[in-house]
Amino acid sequence: MIGRLDQIFVLLKHWLLGYLPESWQTPVGVIISVACIVGLYPALFAVTTVLERKGVGRIQNRLGPNRVGPYGILQPMADGIKSLTKEDIVPTSADAVVHFLAPIILVVTVFMGFAVLPMGRNMVLVDMDAGLLFYFAMGASTELSVFMAGWSSRNKYSLLGAMRAVAQMISYEVALLLSSVVVVMMSGSLSLVKIVEAQNHYSYGLPHWFIFTPWGCAAFIMYAIAGTAETNRSPFDLPEGESELVAGYHTEYSGFKFALFFLGEYVAMFSISALGSTLFLGGWMAPVSWLQVVPSWIWFFGKLFVSMCVFIWLRGTLPRLRQDQLMNFAWKFVLPMCLLNLFVAGLWRFMGEGWLRWVVCSAILILAYVSIGREGMRRKKFGPRNYRYAE
Amino acid sequence: MGFVFYLISAFAVGGALAAVLLKNLVHAALALTVAFLGLAVLFLRLDAQFAGFAQILVYVGAVAILVVFAILLTKGSEVPKEGVFSKTWLAGLAIAAAVFAVLAWAIVQAAPSLPNQSEVPAVTVNDIGNALMSRYVLPLEIIAVLLTAALLGAVIVAMHEKERAKQ
Repeated sequence: MIGRLDQIFVLLKHWLLGYLPESWQTPVGVIISVACIVGLYPALFAVTTVLERKGVGRIQNRLGPNRVGPYGILQPMADGIKSLTKEDIVPTSADAVVHFLAPIILVVTVFMGFAVLPMGRNMVLVDMDAGLLFYFAMGASTELSVFMAGWSSRNKYSLLGAMRAVAQMISYEVALLLSSVVVVMMSGSLSLVKIVEAQNHYSYGLPHWFIFTPWGCAAFIMYAIAGTAETNRSPFDLPEGESELVAGYHTEYSGFKFALFFLGEYVAMFSISALGSTLFLGGWMAPVSWLQVVPSWIWFFGKLFVSMCVFIWLRGTLPRLRQDQLMNFAWKFVLPMCLLNLFVAGLWRFMGEGWLRWVVCSAILILAYVSIGREGMRRKKFGPRNYRYAE
Repeated sequence: MGFVFYLISAFAVGGALAAVLLKNLVHAALALTVAFLGLAVLFLRLDAQFAGFAQILVYVGAVAILVVFAILLTKGSEVPKEGVFSKTWLAGLAIAAAVFAVLAWAIVQAAPSLPNQSEVPAVTVNDIGNALMSRYVLPLEIIAVLLTAALLGAVIVAMHEKERAKQ
């Protein structure tokens, strides 16, 4: 019974396919899985927007949406209908073709990433040999769509937003890749299914997730920072800083195209959280061995939900960074730490079992953290502020 | 081979032609991205997953962005009145044709010396990693040193200009 509940979606799909002739089963099976992914994440997106607006409202001591439906939970419906019925305005001087293509490319590439993410036991669309590489290849393609949106609008705010976004995404992508490489080094595979399996054993009832090792913990922190920056979320939301750039690269988008950008950003957040939990938090694994009776997909989406809550919490509580702080942070702190972490992971692998490697690896990472941080802060002079223009 | 191959090839060649023929520089850069993408899909058709995804990651994700940045940061994307085509396009065409001929000749010459395999060899990313870390470790390290030197050089060039601007 438990096993059947765990595999319910897989069994359901096989049962549906049983009614079809042999030659149809593979293509229809793929179409069913794709339809599930494409249907599920926008639905989650709708739920999360309410959660975010309510949560941020609570943090900022206001009510949040409360007009549509009980407690405002039908707000995403209203938003959806509104964006569908709004006029789609394309500026006269805009580059119509590129302007049209940008949101489509963003949404398509963002959804492609889900193809390799295992969402439960046996629940993965394609178990690719180079799954992680595929994921990052798709992630890198979203940068181009952001640039296309900003450039084709012929609006200086859009272009500035796009330049900021692309510079930020390129810088943090290095950190994102390097922090994930440690996991590949340890599990010996680029396939995300194999990475989850490498963490899938328990000792004393506790799981062997990669986050519970010195290098894994450091890499997870770096990954979380880089992932937040990669999805342009607060405190790294300079590309759409509304106090400076109206709305950044999607200033000139209205109606459903704007909704597509919004959707793309949210789905990218889901996808980066899902990858993070797959790499470091054991993917669909239960946090303690006796909770394995709960279906694997519940754990996967539970971890997704928790990381979305953290994203919302960060957005409500952290101030936005400045552009130079953002770049300095990426290149002078996160990147050296990631490189050092590669070395530490190698050391961990070759020191063998025992408590010594815990001490040595943790000591190296903590020492580096403290010294790089001190060095970065030493040059800063926190004197009285002087304003150049606002005298 | 077959229909899909020709479709992807048409995609890639069309992108490359558009990159050469379009007047707007940013459009040309975007068309070049299409050509890169077509090439990546061709690699994937040949079961070369690593090469295909690395192509997308490096060329679409980084090189295309770099090209676009360079266009925007230098002259702007406005089209000059005299057109974007160089006056020496004929010489350029001749050189391109010559390079193509040399490469094609080398490939055709090398074809008989390859082992005649009837079935497709299954090369996984794992095998590529092992080969890079054992047999080809020296070339890999040399490339790493070269890239690091290039990176340092770029930083130094950028820093120098900044100091000069201050004086």
